[in-house]
Amino acid sequence: MAAEPQGFRYIGRKRRPKEDRRFVAGSGRYVADIILPGMLHVALVASPHPAARIVAIDATAALKLPRVKAVLTGEELAGAVEPVFTGLDLPKMKRNPLAQAVVRYVGEWVVAVVAETRALAEDAAELVQVDYAPLPHVIDPEAALEPDAPPVHADHGSNVFYRRRFVWGPVESDFAASSHRIAYRARWHRSATVPIETFGVMARWSAAAQLLDVWASIQMPKYPENLARALRLPGNAVRVHFDVDVGGSYGVKRGLKHSILVGYLARKLGAPVRLIEDRLDNMRGGDAHGPDRIFDIEMAFDGDGVVRAMKMRAIDDVGAYAGRAPLQLGKPVGAIVGPYRIKSVAYEPISVSTNKTPEEAVRGFGQSPTNFAIETGMDLIGRKLGIDRIELRRRNLIRREEFPYAIPSGSTYDSGDYHAVLDKVLAAADWNALVQRRDAARAAGRLAGIGVSCCLEPSGGNSAFEPLLNAKNETTTWMEGCQVKIDLTGAVIAAMATSSSGQGHETLVATVVGEILERDPDTIRVVHADSLGALPSNSPVGSRMAIMLGGAAAGAAKKLRTQLVAIAAHNLGVAPEACVYAEGAASSAADPTKRLSWAQLVEIAHRKFHLMPPGMEPGLQASHVWEVPTGGSLPTPDGRVQMYPCYAFEAHVVYAEIDRITGQVALRAYFVGHDCGVMINPDIVHGMTYGGIAHGIGAALYERFQYDDNGQLLSGSFMDYLIPSSHEVPDITIVDHCTPSPLTTFGQKGSGEAGYLGAPAAIASAVNDALAPLGLHIAALPMTVAALGDLLATKADAK
Amino acid sequence: MKAVDFDYQRPAGLSETCALLAEGGGEAKIIAGGQTLVPLLVMRLARPALLIDINRIAELQGIAESGDAVEIRACTSQARALADRVVRRRLPLLAKALSFVGHAQTRNRGTIGGSLANADPAAEIGLAALALDAELSSRSARGARTIAIGQFFVSPLVTALAAEECLTAVRFPAWRADGRIGSGFQETSIRRSDFALVAAAAQLALDKSGVCTRIAISLGGAGATPVRLTAVEQALVGGKLGDGALATAEKLAQDNLDASGDIHASAAHRRRIAGALVARAVAEARDAALAEPA
Amino acid sequence: MSQHPVTLTVNGETRSADVPARLTLVDFLRETLNLTGTHAGCEHGVCGACTVLMDGEPVRSCLLFAVQADGAQIVTVEGLAPDAEGLSVLQDSFCEVHALQCGFCTPGMLIAAHALLTRNPDPSDADIREAIGGNLCRCTGYKQIVEAVALAARRLRGANEPAPRERSHGG
Repeated sequence: MAAEPQGFRYIGRKRRPKEDRRFVAGSGRYVADIILPGMLHVALVASPHPAARIVAIDATAALKLPRVKAVLTGEELAGAVEPVFTGLDLPKMKRNPLAQAVVRYVGEWVVAVVAETRALAEDAAELVQVDYAPLPHVIDPEAALEPDAPPVHADHGSNVFYRRRFVWGPVESDFAASSHRIAYRARWHRSATVPIETFGVMARWSAAAQLLDVWASIQMPKYPENLARALRLPGNAVRVHFDVDVGGSYGVKRGLKHSILVGYLARKLGAPVRLIEDRLDNMRGGDAHGPDRIFDIEMAFDGDGVVRAMKMRAIDDVGAYAGRAPLQLGKPVGAIVGPYRIKSVAYEPISVSTNKTPEEAVRGFGQSPTNFAIETGMDLIGRKLGIDRIELRRRNLIRREEFPYAIPSGSTYDSGDYHAVLDKVLAAADWNALVQRRDAARAAGRLAGIGVSCCLEPSGGNSAFEPLLNAKNETTTWMEGCQVKIDLTGAVIAAMATSSSGQGHETLVATVVGEILERDPDTIRVVHADSLGALPSNSPVGSRMAIMLGGAAAGAAKKLRTQLVAIAAHNLGVAPEACVYAEGAASSAADPTKRLSWAQLVEIAHRKFHLMPPGMEPGLQASHVWEVPTGGSLPTPDGRVQMYPCYAFEAHVVYAEIDRITGQVALRAYFVGHDCGVMINPDIVHGMTYGGIAHGIGAALYERFQYDDNGQLLSGSFMDYLIPSSHEVPDITIVDHCTPSPLTTFGQKGSGEAGYLGAPAAIASAVNDALAPLGLHIAALPMTVAALGDLLATKADAK
Repeated sequence: MKAVDFDYQRPAGLSETCALLAEGGGEAKIIAGGQTLVPLLVMRLARPALLIDINRIAELQGIAESGDAVEIRACTSQARALADRVVRRRLPLLAKALSFVGHAQTRNRGTIGGSLANADPAAEIGLAALALDAELSSRSARGARTIAIGQFFVSPLVTALAAEECLTAVRFPAWRADGRIGSGFQETSIRRSDFALVAAAAQLALDKSGVCTRIAISLGGAGATPVRLTAVEQALVGGKLGDGALATAEKLAQDNLDASGDIHASAAHRRRIAGALVARAVAEARDAALAEPA
Repeated sequence: MSQHPVTLTVNGETRSADVPARLTLVDFLRETLNLTGTHAGCEHGVCGACTVLMDGEPVRSCLLFAVQADGAQIVTVEGLAPDAEGLSVLQDSFCEVHALQCGFCTPGMLIAAHALLTRNPDPSDADIREAIGGNLCRCTGYKQIVEAVALAARRLRGANEPAPRERSHGG
């Protein structure tokens, strides 16, 4: 649907992703595909209690089974390794891979059993006797905030892991000066990304080399360093193999606790040890649940619907332990006003602990729930004032000419044309026809609604939320590196420094390097260096790789191009500025017959030192490590900081009908306008956007980790945790728009979270539009059949 | 997620199967398609010492039509039954029900008898069988017997079959051609292929003037076992099936239902859905009957 | 532990092994035969990542014990291509449309779609969605998968489909 961008040879063109061929051939190499001789398998004994003291563990019977190699308890492990890294300043909260003395959620790992096969390990795990003395527990996050609530971590003193009220701008006076206000609650219940591949890790210790080799299904910043620290090993004694294909992640594949456990066992047993979560392990004890939020919001606005100020309190239930997940309350600070010109904001993030499975980073790192909360308000304001929802948004959206645009919380949005994208998607959806369709359905007695959302995707990732939420953490560097070399045969090899989980990074790097060197990307080999050979990386988080890895690869390729030109200039007897580089060859601008081919230039660099410019390093290799284009600075005392550098925009329009009795929601038409700047590979961007919307449909309608009052997880398998299938995801139409970012190499922005950031808000908007004629409203996701069925019955009963 | 260790036998015939079941003394379990059993096995919720695979027993395969009935042998796959012409012509209600069972991939392995013997309260095949007054044949080392479908379902995942008994066939008695016959099957599930929150099956006969001369309605998913809605049937038979009758059906179905709730739908919600689906299934069956040549 | 001899045909080759009764077909394919293209996603019959052809029909290999497949003809994703260097039209269409991202569900999708195209050369989008309705994908939102299967169907029917676009871009 997009016109191909001008001025690029490969970027933005329809090209087959490099990775696809091996995947369709069944030749992907996932962690569970790696078989090592003598490999041992781990199974886990999990807590059946939400809170209990571990009184005694008896593994006698388990150890008597043949081919069982070890039984590991939390006491032993805690004595040998450091606890799992936490992002907040919580010295009294210890998170161990296996529970030590106390269990804090159902499914928490208590004992690890190692055997020659997974089945045998499970046989032995059943025989481990654990005696528990139950303790009081707390499941509801608001109850957990009460002073007399059972403490999840008694040593910590309360269940509050983080709480601060930020005020950016004259919030109180803006509220006082506004003629209208609304107050509402928006609830985002616990769901996650739940990749089809569970997390897995294998480790092998070489005593001779004093080296731990690790293969993992990982997507995590600084994973090798965190793992080495926890295992009390030097960083160069852990080698993480990043050439492992990751079967989906979207944020959650951060099995540090699994890796510490397996790393310790591999050393202890002197054999390769692997832990591949099964689906039950994954959903209960994999520590990969997502945000679980209660938003209480007030917005102040005038009669024309222009919002001046917002107060937002966000309670996030992080579960029993804090890893990096509580920082998900921090990222939305970088887009706390969404795409709107809200001038002042008070934001009170509260991270609270309960006896549930811990939360992990999920696609968007807290942004999608926040977008849903803001968009809920926009619809409510429109309804209250009787202003059309589209018109209301138009009045509040930041205008094209206002960029770069500084928001109250300290970030500056780089670029955008929100009105144009909104107009485009309305045209594609044929808004008036959609309204007619809805009204005709209503006239026929059906519940029909149209949903709209306008949302941002902050991209390019830095970690400004770390120092913002934890003053002891002064991380402002968030770089990515890439090395490119041209070998003696003239082949181009690029080395990236992290594993991929479907984002097409090899295609990204090859396209960018090919663009700069003017070589066919299909001829470029991209490898995933292991952690010892790799340049620094912060992994594919925060929609950053198109920007950061793309920028690093381009930077390295530019250095090579400069070197090739310098070699040519030296041999052609012209100044480098007088040399023209084209498709790998360099010639004199003045006399094109004076030319050196790619092969000749490579030959000189690799074999003919006598033809090299004086002082030039032989060979053709360059690396580039790039910091986030907006740099890194610490927050101001009032908590203002530049978060992500680039801001992509998406506007969703969805048409839905609800069955009055069953409460089933059918999405009958779906359109999204999307502007992520220059797309490197449109098929990849579109694919992630479709997938993000599908994931958003799950979060909006189907997926929930639901607990009962006893702390039991009621949706711990794929029988009850309902991921949308091809029947539930409608045919989606994407409308592209391109506002280049002024900050990036090619004008690109991030897109890995696209779709997911706006879909839940849009679907909620459609459901509420459908419910409006009944006078009903719902602001809690997921809007399940159970929730809607019971809500609709309140009207049916009243009839 | 690996099953407990068990032994495995693949008997050649029914007699051998029954002998193995008798020897097993409750520790032996039959595996047919395995689409319900294997998840229970790998979650270690089922822990047999012996698994008896009946998939290759010829006498348990096939669909046979006689004058007064259609008999489906227990180990006939759901996919085969769904594609079978006799089933489509003589048992349209079962054919409709089968299209709601799982996915193509599970219907290829899943069997008619296996679904019945597993007795999931939301399973569609049992629901159709209940509406059609099916008779189940079983064998054990002690001999053969017939169980009326009305006596078959005891509680979730529990049937009248004894541990040493093997279900061998399901017989669907033909409805006499006393008018135009139609059937309807309605299901509400969360995702398309999920188990039913509630499903309703109806088959009825209309005379020339459109009066309902016979009707059978069953409902599943709402409670512990699928149930026949005799109160609704009695209210509808002998009358025309207009909007008033459908409203009566909806109300009676709701009022007489012992429903249970879970995270996917409350008991009250299931009752409401049940009422609506019963009315929709009756309407579908009525319209199908009216479309038949008089 | 009960061990049972099995002999079956996998991707045209006869394979024999002694297996424990509780070994599922997916574990047998992956760990005994080292055919790791077939993936285990949920092991309880919901996600479809483990789908293989058994005697021509798609089945979930996690819901079947290897011993039950004795004598059967099995086709896995590794058996779809005409030869080691080539791809089937369906596989090639997945590449053309980028009908995948992480690749984990892809083998099951390909098998389900392959089975559809074998019995229905001209499927509608609804037919395609039905055929892959038992295969969960977390990356793609299914759209490009539906497009790829439709493209493969057109190409297999030999309709007047222009040469794939990538040819003109050197891809």
